[in-house]
Amino acid sequence: MQIQTNIDDHRIAKLAAFAIALHMIEAVVPSPLPGVKPGIANIVTLYVLLQYDFATAAWVSILRVFASSLLLGQFMSPAFALSLSGALLSLGMLWAAQHLPRRYFSAVSLSILAAFAHIAGQLIVVRLWLIPHASVAYLIPVFAVAALFFGFINGLITAKLLYSKTQSSAANQSVDNPP
Amino acid sequence: MLSLLRSPEPTFRHLLIGDWLTIIFSAVITAGLFLTLWSHELASKIQIRVGDKIQATYDLNQQRDITVHGAIGDAVIHINQGKVRFSKSPCHNQYCVHQGWLTHSGQVAICLPNQISLELIGAKKPYDSLNY
Repeated sequence: MQIQTNIDDHRIAKLAAFAIALHMIEAVVPSPLPGVKPGIANIVTLYVLLQYDFATAAWVSILRVFASSLLLGQFMSPAFALSLSGALLSLGMLWAAQHLPRRYFSAVSLSILAAFAHIAGQLIVVRLWLIPHASVAYLIPVFAVAALFFGFINGLITAKLLYSKTQSSAANQSVDNPP
Repeated sequence: MLSLLRSPEPTFRHLLIGDWLTIIFSAVITAGLFLTLWSHELASKIQIRVGDKIQATYDLNQQRDITVHGAIGDAVIHINQGKVRFSKSPCHNQYCVHQGWLTHSGQVAICLPNQISLELIGAKKPYDSLNY
């Protein structure tokens, strides 16, 4: 049996592999508070969204969630549910936010918005399933600060990656076509 | 990745006007969340403990001084229309006096040398930090 693959599939697989690697690196880094993580794998999602399109970004993000949970042995566990709900809501936010004018809103804006959607998705799962108690509300401000901070940092890194990419492609073009 | 760390100077140049708006908007939302979700209601009663037993409970809606006999001497607790403080204490460090006014339910002032503690109580008791 052979599955026909095209160039898009290969690109998605390559980018998802990169996101999974970042997710694995983050899994070993200890966190001061359970649930507060930098989310560096989201840099890949954001980069793919801005460099390619939303469908590719969604594929990369969802593949990353499933493959990482399988590698970490968390498939179908609460950690997986938190990861998936966060990824789905931040993808929904990115789908809406990608229509913001690029002239005024860079990757930093998208990253912060996606980070807030991510914690919203996680807190919904925590409230409905894991800790069905109103005291979960006490955690929201802490998670909001983390979302703002890490969303900002990840957005800056994505913006710099995109900037250096356009710089290098511009440099290549000038090498290819000397004036 | 390493080149990102090596050249930090043009980092903030990537920020556009909309990004600043997003950051400010998110920061305001976050501050609002802190204010709404982490604020306790105003207290209505004060409970005074000496050692491990409750000495007395007073209403905060009055103005009076209460003298409490502690382990090393007499401390004066001053209640003034919804707020309360240690106004005199025989202890060495005077931490309890310097803590100042207490206004919100759940707040606690403890004088360890004199074994006196104040706890403010609201309509509903939020979280017992002394017994927990």
